[in-house]
Amino acid sequence: MKNQAAIKKTIKSLFVSTALKQDRSLYLMFLPVFLYYFVFCYIPMAGIILAFKEFSPRLGIFGSEWIGFRHFTEFFTGPKFFNVLWNTLRINIMNLIFGFPAPIILALMLNEMKSRTLKRCIQTVTYMPHFISLVVAVGLILDFTKRTGIVNNIIVMLGGERTAFMSESDFFTPIYVISGIWQEVGWGSIIYLAALSGINMDLYEAASIDGAGRWRKMISITLPGIMPTMVIMLILRMGQMMSLGSEKIILMYNDLIMDKADVISSYVYRLAFGTAPDYGFSTAVNLFNTVINVILLVSANHISNKMSEVSLW
Amino acid sequence: MVEQKTFGSALFDIINNVILIMLSLICLYPMLYVLIASVSNPIEISMSEGLLLHPLGFQISAYEAVFTNSDIWRGYLNTVFYVVAGTMLNMMLTVMGAYVLSRKSFKLRGIFMMFITFTMFVNGGLVPTYLLVKGLGVLNTRLAILLPTAINTFNLIMTRTYFNTIPDSLEESAKIDGAGHLRILCNIILPVSTPILAVIALYYSVAHWNSWFNAMIYLDDRTKWPLQLILREILILNDSGKMMQDSVTIDKLSVAENIKYAVIIVATVPILCVYPFLQKYFTKGVMLGAVKE
Repeated sequence: MKNQAAIKKTIKSLFVSTALKQDRSLYLMFLPVFLYYFVFCYIPMAGIILAFKEFSPRLGIFGSEWIGFRHFTEFFTGPKFFNVLWNTLRINIMNLIFGFPAPIILALMLNEMKSRTLKRCIQTVTYMPHFISLVVAVGLILDFTKRTGIVNNIIVMLGGERTAFMSESDFFTPIYVISGIWQEVGWGSIIYLAALSGINMDLYEAASIDGAGRWRKMISITLPGIMPTMVIMLILRMGQMMSLGSEKIILMYNDLIMDKADVISSYVYRLAFGTAPDYGFSTAVNLFNTVINVILLVSANHISNKMSEVSLW
Repeated sequence: MVEQKTFGSALFDIINNVILIMLSLICLYPMLYVLIASVSNPIEISMSEGLLLHPLGFQISAYEAVFTNSDIWRGYLNTVFYVVAGTMLNMMLTVMGAYVLSRKSFKLRGIFMMFITFTMFVNGGLVPTYLLVKGLGVLNTRLAILLPTAINTFNLIMTRTYFNTIPDSLEESAKIDGAGHLRILCNIILPVSTPILAVIALYYSVAHWNSWFNAMIYLDDRTKWPLQLILREILILNDSGKMMQDSVTIDKLSVAENIKYAVIIVATVPILCVYPFLQKYFTKGVMLGAVKE
């Protein structure tokens, strides 16, 4: 009896020690991942204090002098504030109005196609611009929209006049949005096609028996079927209303069209790496942007949660 | 299913097909234009009107200039290095992280998940990250390209979600045999996860292939530049002057425009030839990513 208890005990301790060892190997495996996040994500977060400091390279981040909210008041009262804010919003709103429905419409049109081979071909071809690197894509945009470029050739062919599109700021937003649709419409349709393929075929059959036409079926079956996907994608868009990647802007803009093309992120970039670098100011503008982005994303998610019980988290 | 073919329905089919075919032509034509223009006579191209449908004059001097240019070749080799080394690092870290975070027995997994997800919303931003890279002493080294992008949080979470769906019963026998976590990961989890591994490896490689911004701010040394940064110089900053020195043609100025087109072809065709065959992995990735946490 006593013996048995002792055996039980040793077995138990054996298990516990292997469990610990097992856990230790898990920790060991996670260590490099933890280090990456700690070093490359959390240490830079501490660097955000730069937004409240006058950065001096000699003194470093922690030695530099505190100046409170001066960078922020300077930014909010400066001439650039409304300019970059409005540019960011305008480009995003245009992207939402035209860029958001485009892949949905493409998916619906592809869904109505009878020939599967042709459908596959069109899908493959429309994905193509997604695989052209951004630098090359912008290179194409700049070349096609120049005075002697192909877009102008087509305009002249149709009886219009030549314009140097990238020298006139009014054309920047349309070019940005249209080229964005060209790059991503095919790729963006994949997710909706996936949602479409998940719709129960019986519904269509039942509707046909009830005498519903194609249009009626699209309104009553197809659109409700992809609604959850649409809502999620819309929330994602709304949450990014104030964030606009700087990469495409930096590649596209030039001095002539800066008044309509400069957005918050490209401004942050120029403040840091332009002719007169100001690290503190750049960090402050970026922090302002981050705070707004988080608020937008959280509230967009909250709204959708209330409305349709679809949410990101 | 018997469907009545009405006139309206047939008309719709025709219009639908026509619009979609036109859309594909719009997607296809830019690359076709570049291909045609790259072998055409640059002066004729600049004076041409209307759509370009066939080469105007035929010359391949631009390709000669591109292929004999050392910047392009070095850029290509650098990019291959960044893609291969970077993706290997990405995969190692992502798989290890995803494995640990998918262990139900791991007590801290909730906390670590939050630790990771938080970084998707808040980050230090441009300057603090730059100062960190500088502070680590890796500025102007290849590590500055590889380390800051060593993990993509989205890919990590996607992989973890996939690992979560693997039934526990698969691991049971290995556990009874006393296999450690590394053995379970390599012998049991990875072999049944090839779909997700293919998807994220592709995502990581494409990201490395396309990346130029980090190289622009972290690398001064041209010999370490990836191809995309060289392309930016030629295509965006309009600086094909540097390429001219090696150019073999007499009419150097006129060939400058052609070099642009030839460079685009040389830099893009490899990917465009490969992606149709990998398409199913990419589309699978979009769907895996769409699965809610």
